[in-house]
Amino acid sequence: MSENPIRDAIAEAIAENPVILFMKGTPEAPRCGFSARTAGALQALGTPFAAVDILPDPRIRQELTAISEWPTVPQLFVNGELIGGCDIVTEMYETGELAETLGVEPPADAPAAAPQDDPSGPAPLGIENRLGGS
Amino acid sequence: MPTTDDLKTRIEAALPGATVAVEDWTGGGDHFRATVVAPQFAGLTRIAQHRLVYDVFGDEIGGPIHALSLTTRPPE
Repeated sequence: MSENPIRDAIAEAIAENPVILFMKGTPEAPRCGFSARTAGALQALGTPFAAVDILPDPRIRQELTAISEWPTVPQLFVNGELIGGCDIVTEMYETGELAETLGVEPPADAPAAAPQDDPSGPAPLGIENRLGGS
Repeated sequence: MPTTDDLKTRIEAALPGATVAVEDWTGGGDHFRATVVAPQFAGLTRIAQHRLVYDVFGDEIGGPIHALSLTTRPPE
């Protein structure tokens, strides 16, 4: 048994989910404007993604930052690699690089004003649930 | 409390040759937005470019500097 189950669970989540966003709140109910904008960019592209709310336990953010060596949240990982936070994801969305990175078609029009929820996407991953019994 | 000039000076010192513009996003002295054009960014991913700037401030990000929003690119 690892001495750091939270760090292990985060590393595992990053490895197992091709697209995973660590954020404050959830895509449906973001608790921070930067997290909202980042989740909105992914939703606008219609790509399924896992989302982890870092707020329930301060150790999630602590361990995430230790793994990624990136100081702020949100953090988007694609295929195990840190892509960036709100600034980078927003810029990449606008230039079309985000769609390219995700392997999806860029939206035909300019950025949607209000991204729609994607009910077909996977349920947001609750990382705290993975720690049950630890 | 850091000022926009402090941030600009420190980024320029860390990245010689960089062109830096810093604005106080909210007027509160803790949310900043910076545009950095630096020759050191050539060939780097955006993450690596931002890291070079964040590294200038270390633990101050999230502390006295509550937020530093970045736009980075190498010179044309």
